Amino acid sequence: MRGYVIKRLAQAAGVLWAAYTVAFLVLDYLPGDPVTAMAGAGMESGQVDPRQIAALRHEYGFDQPVLTQYTQYLGRAVRGDFGDSVATGRPVTSTLADALPQTLQLTASALLLAVVLGGGLAVAATYTTRRWLRQFLLSLPPLGVSVPTFWVGLLLVESFSFRLRWFPAFGNDGPRALVLPALTLAVPTGAQIAQVLAKSLFTALDQAYVETARAKGAGRWRVHLRHALRNASLPALTVVGLLVGQLIAGSVVVETVFSRDGLGRVTAAAVTAQDIPVVQGVVAFGALIFVTTNLVVDLVYPLLDPRIVVAAGGRASAV
Amino acid sequence: MRALPPARSPRWTTLAALVTTGALLTACGSGTDDTGSGKPRSGGTLTFAVGSDAGCVDPQQVGSNDTIYSVRQVVDSLTDQDPRTGKIVPWLARSWDISADTTAFTFHLRSGVTFSDGSPLTAQVVKDNFDAVPKLGVLGTLAEGYLSGVRSTTVVDPLTVKVTFRQPNAQFLQATSTHSLGIESSASVKRSPQQKCSDGVVGSGPFVLKQYVQNQSITLARRKGYAWGSSRWAKKGEAYLDRLVFKVVPEAGVRAGSLRSGQVDAIGSVGRADEAALKGGPVTLQRRANPGIVFGLGFNNARPVLKDARVRRAIRSAVDRKQIADTVFPTGTRPATSVLAHTTPDYTDLGTDLAFDPARAKSLLDTAGWKAGGDGVRTKDGKRLSLTIDWVPNAATNQPALELIQQQLKAVGVQVTLKQLQLPQLTPIQQSGQYDAIWGNITRADPDILRSSFSTKLANFYRVPAGGLDTTLAAQAATTDPAERGRLVERAQRSIVRDAYNVPVVELQTQLGLSTKVHSLAFDASSRIQLHDTWIG
Repeated sequence: MRGYVIKRLAQAAGVLWAAYTVAFLVLDYLPGDPVTAMAGAGMESGQVDPRQIAALRHEYGFDQPVLTQYTQYLGRAVRGDFGDSVATGRPVTSTLADALPQTLQLTASALLLAVVLGGGLAVAATYTTRRWLRQFLLSLPPLGVSVPTFWVGLLLVESFSFRLRWFPAFGNDGPRALVLPALTLAVPTGAQIAQVLAKSLFTALDQAYVETARAKGAGRWRVHLRHALRNASLPALTVVGLLVGQLIAGSVVVETVFSRDGLGRVTAAAVTAQDIPVVQGVVAFGALIFVTTNLVVDLVYPLLDPRIVVAAGGRASAV
Repeated sequence: MRALPPARSPRWTTLAALVTTGALLTACGSGTDDTGSGKPRSGGTLTFAVGSDAGCVDPQQVGSNDTIYSVRQVVDSLTDQDPRTGKIVPWLARSWDISADTTAFTFHLRSGVTFSDGSPLTAQVVKDNFDAVPKLGVLGTLAEGYLSGVRSTTVVDPLTVKVTFRQPNAQFLQATSTHSLGIESSASVKRSPQQKCSDGVVGSGPFVLKQYVQNQSITLARRKGYAWGSSRWAKKGEAYLDRLVFKVVPEAGVRAGSLRSGQVDAIGSVGRADEAALKGGPVTLQRRANPGIVFGLGFNNARPVLKDARVRRAIRSAVDRKQIADTVFPTGTRPATSVLAHTTPDYTDLGTDLAFDPARAKSLLDTAGWKAGGDGVRTKDGKRLSLTIDWVPNAATNQPALELIQQQLKAVGVQVTLKQLQLPQLTPIQQSGQYDAIWGNITRADPDILRSSFSTKLANFYRVPAGGLDTTLAAQAATTDPAERGRLVERAQRSIVRDAYNVPVVELQTQLGLSTKVHSLAFDASSRIQLHDTWIG
């Protein structure tokens, strides 16, 4: 078990490094840099003195060779220092730390909603014996996955904010302002959970142990929830690990539509301004969350399913 | 020459420039002087939703309309500009003198003006501001441009300050009316540009910055004891409103819905698509064309194909401006009738030169030797008549407008390729000359913008050939006689339009949505807003 954890940690570090490096290369490849972005800001057909740009670029070190910049950035990043935002001059870590609570609130609520709604839908669709109802319920997840998030957001705002006036259309003020954004973000996530869970529930319900349970006189509800759901939830759990990454990505769109403060907005602004230190910080942070979640999910498997054991130095595997 | 306060200031047209950016917007029509129903009353909060945050709350550095709306309220300027006449009127300066060669400007300041930190306005403070602005460099491109060529700023006496330039610089008087040259306290001027951006500045304006949350909101509160408003304003003394809250709401549809449902009182950047949603609600739309250079195709006049004036004129005649204005831009947007928008001082109507005339375009191309080919694209000596237009996505209208132009030019045998760039790429491309044409506009309420754009003595990004136009442009910058300057500016517009160095297409119109509760929210000369006289009731 210890060997396994060490190996997984090393893999996680590798993923972090790769994400950081790829992000750096992509930003470097893009035309312009934060300095020209700053200089162009506000200009309709900007006319800027190139010497001034050169001076500013030198000040920020963007005139140095890529490799030098990269090693400098990486060296500091390893020590947890992502430098200062070029656009605002604030340390990247405090910029992210300020935005993080809002995004955590949003993504955690969305994940909770997604699990409850998606899981509920899958259970209902597999439990019902009415064919039309099952067909209807099963048609919802593909729909939820395929409609664009911003469109769902605008639809919800139109109905529940502009028409019914139950919730504010934008902002971060209080729990009421959280409802529509969390619901919007929960739609695609919940839909994927529902798809995976429904499929594995159907598979589980065909298994011999379900027959056995029924033969022993267990009620339908009990068979469904206690026997089938427990076995069927493993694939869904794996999906949840992946969905955390999607939730963070989705927060860029949702926070923009609902004008919420948070990591997504920070990211969008940093990309527009080509604020390299901030983008790098966001990428590293996102990768960190992603590898951590998946590590946790892997380590949780054995707890859910005693058949899974972790071989020393190896992967989790079913015996 | 001596310009006395309101009544006698010379009719000097002129003025300052501006800019817009991501949030460019619309407009036309004219400012609504909706003095509204009932009697103006003090108090209340105006909530204004804008589409973007420039990441900076220093008026001297900001170029985006969405942020200018708020930071403009924090500072006063030496002068103000009447949006109807273009005339410059007193504000912090009671009066001013301009040397006959327009190289020296002496401002006589009002006494008793204080900044919100309690410090007084003196000639030294103005000098500190004008000495610091050029050091902003690329961070304050607008402000720095207005002061380019400055020789010195000197304190004549505690309330008199003199600014001297190396060359004639008639545009400077209008420049002093802009937010970019708004006067900040000495303490603010001493701070670094980045500190001023993130923490804001101390000004003498009718509102004071209370809070700035990046990408979220800018909150201002009424300045107590304010008593030195522009001579143009209706209300004397303090502003009506207690507080101004600017919320950043990037989605246009969410802004429109929030206004309709009463969650905000005013919104910026109302596009054509939002107009229907606002119709019928308790909302009025307010429009004004941005002064300055209209949206159009800025040619690289040195390109082999475009060196031929007949080709440039053919393109000018092949563009159906009305179709573009009516289908892509907000209601009320005017097709271009000159290289300058009609709200620019000394604008001249050259609409007949810019008429849509595809037959003329075809015959011009025929005489230039470009013969219609098999696939509809003209050719000459085996070369196809094709042209790339570079554009940046800083306004939602850019792409649909250019796609229409592409079709219109195709109809006369010119092939157009559209190339999208990011804003940072624009300047290097203009410098290198590696382009055929660039789509863009520049907001500025002074016709001197023609000189910045088309004089071969300056950057000359458009590679205009040296000639009589240079002389005209230099002369308008050196004259203090408004009538003479008007004639010179008219001549420059005729020359640019006639030789088609640039193909003017549509005016940029700024369009705001206001709740019917909001009164006296009017555009200033640069089509931005001044909220001192605004009230809610």
